Amino acid sequence: MQDLINIFVKSVFIDNMIFAYFLGMCSYLAVSKTVKTSVGLGVAVIFVLGITVPVDYLLNKYLLAPGALHWISSDLATVDLSFLSFILFIAVIASMVQLVEMVIEKFSPALYNSLGIFLPLIAVNCAILGGSLFMQEREYQSIAEATSFGLGSGVGWFLAIVAIAAIREKIRYSNVPPALKGLGITFIITGLMGIAFMSFMGIKI
Amino acid sequence: MSQEVKTKEPLFSPKNRKLLTAPLGKNNPITVQVLGICSALAVTVKLEPAFVMAISVIAVLSLGNVVISLLRNQIPPRIRIIVQLVVIASLVILVDQILKAFAYDVSKQLSVFVGLIITNCIIMGRFEAFAMANKPWPSFLDGLGNGSGYGLILIIVAFFRELLGSGTIWGYPVLEKLGIYSVGYENNGLMILPPMALITVGIIIWVQRFKNRELIED
Repeated sequence: MQDLINIFVKSVFIDNMIFAYFLGMCSYLAVSKTVKTSVGLGVAVIFVLGITVPVDYLLNKYLLAPGALHWISSDLATVDLSFLSFILFIAVIASMVQLVEMVIEKFSPALYNSLGIFLPLIAVNCAILGGSLFMQEREYQSIAEATSFGLGSGVGWFLAIVAIAAIREKIRYSNVPPALKGLGITFIITGLMGIAFMSFMGIKI
Repeated sequence: MSQEVKTKEPLFSPKNRKLLTAPLGKNNPITVQVLGICSALAVTVKLEPAFVMAISVIAVLSLGNVVISLLRNQIPPRIRIIVQLVVIASLVILVDQILKAFAYDVSKQLSVFVGLIITNCIIMGRFEAFAMANKPWPSFLDGLGNGSGYGLILIIVAFFRELLGSGTIWGYPVLEKLGIYSVGYENNGLMILPPMALITVGIIIWVQRFKNRELIED
């Protein structure tokens, strides 16, 4: 249990998707103008990451990794399908996003309208594919660990986008140099927030 | 279609040349269109991985643009995203395997970021905005131009981060040879850390918008 909490906290604060790996920056920059929409997108990302990482973990363990096909017959023990992982992962992600889109459209049309184009764009949000690829690279031992990593990364992404949206709402009233307005200042603030988040480095529960 | 349009356009007509050069400056994919930042920043600690990444993206983008442009009349609009993803993913698998075979060290350094070319928004963005509506040759030039615009920013960022952070250029210890350390200069360790990549890009955007006033947002 402690391991799981450790992985969760680590992926929220230390290996934060945005501040440490810059994953999902496109939607992060584009949707972070108001807190309300960014909360919606953040929740959608947590949800999609929480589902796709465990699913991709199972795929990786029983289909793709070297020797993974051992459970079918011992003849297949030497087969290595890992070069197919990009295509399979992205297929899982695209179908999950379609699912989330249908669920949100049914239960919260208002949120659906305000997210607009960015919902289908979660499919090409690097944070989602990045989550699956990091899961594969770091070789998590069980599906519980993979799930806790997926949820943790999602929560980290959620925190980052809500924080930057809150700052951007306020900064509209400040005197930013004209050439730095909008995109430029957002980059620099994200960098400063990243430096702040680095103070979590080395935390272990 | 009228007769004028059918007459063959020269390969490097002014319009086509503009496709190639606009993304390098005024229409840069990273600083102006805000696409493909995801994988751009994590690989810019050193020049070498940044250069390899730039070449990979240029290859995937220009080839993918040609493929999508050739298929553009066959793809049903409803499933175009999946078709595009399959084209990108196959090209990226090719690039990944080539890198593993010929540049194993760099491929290890890039780790998951080669795979993340798939979700690089530049590629989807250019497919949607250009290749779906244009002929193969202009699409190829558009891919080449946008890929180079992306690579240009990558290399500028990597140059400054490597020079200020490790005191080297492409692994060559420039500052040590120039004898700057003996005066009391020290490497700035902060430049190697991830946040400084964001701040460097922020400064590039600042400089660019300062020079091109029409890009300023209100």
